[in-house]
Amino acid sequence: MTETMFTLPPSLYVPLLDLACGAFLLTGMMVLWRRDLAAIVRLFALQGIALAALIVVLGVYEQDVELVAVGLGVGALRAGLLPYLMRRALIAGGAGREVRPVVNVATSLLVAAVLAMLAYAVAQPLIRLSPTPATQAVPIALTVLLVGFFVLVTRRRALSQVVGFLLMDNAITMTAFLTTSGVPLVVELGISMDVLLAVLVFQVLTTRMRAAFGGTDLDELRELHD
Amino acid sequence: MSTLLILAPVGFPLLAAGGCAVFGWNRVTAWLGAAAAAGLLAAAIGLAVTGPGAALWGLLRADALSAYMLIVIGVVALLAMSASPAYLAAELAAGHTWPRAMRRYGVLTQAFVAAMALAVLSSSLGMLWVAVEATTIVTAFLVGHRHTREATEAAWKYVVICSVGIALALLGIVLVHYAAAHVGVASLDWTTLSQHAGRLDPGVMRIAVVLLVLGFGTKAGLAPLHAWLPDAHSQAPAPVSALMSGVLLSVAFYAILRVKVIADAALGTGFTRLLLVIVALASLVVTALLLLAQRDYKRLLAYSSIEHMGLIALGTAIGGTLALAAVLLHILGHGLGKSVLFLSAGHLHQAVGSSRIHAVRGLAARAPLLAGAFALGLLALLGLPPFSLFASELGIARAGFSAGLGWVIAPAFVLVLVIAAALGRHARDMLLGPASPAGAIPMPRSVAAALIAGLAACAVLGVTAGPLNTLLRTAAAIAGALP
Repeated sequence: MTETMFTLPPSLYVPLLDLACGAFLLTGMMVLWRRDLAAIVRLFALQGIALAALIVVLGVYEQDVELVAVGLGVGALRAGLLPYLMRRALIAGGAGREVRPVVNVATSLLVAAVLAMLAYAVAQPLIRLSPTPATQAVPIALTVLLVGFFVLVTRRRALSQVVGFLLMDNAITMTAFLTTSGVPLVVELGISMDVLLAVLVFQVLTTRMRAAFGGTDLDELRELHD
Repeated sequence: MSTLLILAPVGFPLLAAGGCAVFGWNRVTAWLGAAAAAGLLAAAIGLAVTGPGAALWGLLRADALSAYMLIVIGVVALLAMSASPAYLAAELAAGHTWPRAMRRYGVLTQAFVAAMALAVLSSSLGMLWVAVEATTIVTAFLVGHRHTREATEAAWKYVVICSVGIALALLGIVLVHYAAAHVGVASLDWTTLSQHAGRLDPGVMRIAVVLLVLGFGTKAGLAPLHAWLPDAHSQAPAPVSALMSGVLLSVAFYAILRVKVIADAALGTGFTRLLLVIVALASLVVTALLLLAQRDYKRLLAYSSIEHMGLIALGTAIGGTLALAAVLLHILGHGLGKSVLFLSAGHLHQAVGSSRIHAVRGLAARAPLLAGAFALGLLALLGLPPFSLFASELGIARAGFSAGLGWVIAPAFVLVLVIAAALGRHARDMLLGPASPAGAIPMPRSVAAALIAGLAACAVLGVTAGPLNTLLRTAAAIAGALP
């Protein structure tokens, strides 16, 4: 099986890897810029495709059929099923725009630049351990992780928070595939299952929130305090 | 035999969940949870006696530490599940719940117990993560059980904060896997990792350990990511609060105990110790600040959980068999005391209709049994003899001073005293004084039995750990092992 597989020369592997990583980063950053919730979900789906492409490129380069299959599975979940679920929640909700964010777009992008530098600094020990083209892209994954966290803290719509969480999760998956060829398969399956269930939980809670508060603006959540 | 004993703690609750799913919540299935918990406890004791074993192609493994944690899960689940039928019956009578929600309660509580059992039986860091995240998903609906604005808000905060925390832990696991793969060990298995821990790259491991301690610390209710805990614990149904506070926090902390073994071998004991000392002191400070002006007795208990998790983190920071044995005893004692308190607080909430401290006056005169259980439970949590928390806190303090960590122990116990004073003042307001005209509060026999059994067990443990002693020592040796 492996002998018949197409081999990827390094001259093609590195640019393809960088292209996938670039697309991953760009879609992550664009989430900061867009306010239309439908567009944010589309960006998330695009990022899922970039992630799947990255894993497939790694798989083809390492001539690992299982890795290619895992990449396709990750793509189906993160570019297909999860965006589908979120779009359904969005249609059920009606309201399609992020309300005025706590931090405006220009500041958000500046913060993202600072976060990127932070990610680069933190990733140094990881690159030093094994400086391959793949591990050198780890700072990109960590940048998206921090951007996801930033989206989660500063956005006020329930769906934007979910996207923030999923950006973090995409970034962790990317780190796993860049550093080693992913965590063991049983664990990867468990993780995908948990993420899927978490999104379903978010969806149910959003519906309940709409019933109880009349909207999904999280500023309404102020019943509980000391 | 050992395979069956390892599968039983996960299997019994799943069977009970299936029973509730098929037959709904009725007079018989209401007791399935308690039966499953008793079965879990029996299997845990069996595992403690027969010694280590593995099942399911090595995915599950039980050693003394797993067996001990299973005993804690079994004991607290037994208390919480015995009080559940009466609790839900009262909720139904008051119109706060309905048959479909009760069926869901039956299924979810059992799935919750099964996920916790799976977490402590996992042989690898990856499976443990999956199980801990599964507890978040299952309990989200239990926290939001009442469907009110407050419950929905608490459930949302709970899922968001815990998912983010646990995502950090996942990144930590990915990095551990990276460091391990670099030395040719493509595995996340505990024993394999600790055998090779000395060769793992310290630069990568430092980042990984920080992420793992912060991540699992979130789920364990440790500062700085503790904000979900008071909301979730005060909104969940009382038996679920007992389970969450009594064992879920400790199960999450169990992950830190396992991580510490690997971290200490890779980085030396100093790194994790410093990290744990910081989160422990931060947790104690947060509790002390927020308890003084607390107005809600369920949140009071929730903050007290943050305090005790802080003490447990402190004991773990000290390390060594003596301190870790005290930590494990503290986990069991806190599980018992806190479940008694949450169950009595739930009963009180149903009778009074409010969880405000000032809504409760003269409880000792109105409901002597309930007030007695509440008062004794509080005394247990304040670490007074004869309860086991006295012995374990003393053990932690002694181990700390002999390890030369007096500069941490002293401020920590000053904070504990402040917390004790705040709790005592609030309790005095609730328990003493003239009885309000509302009259006596009747207590179902099953709830009374659970409360008395919990307190008695906590007191007996304080006098003598008896047959548990050997298990405690073996489990502490595993948690404190240095290869």
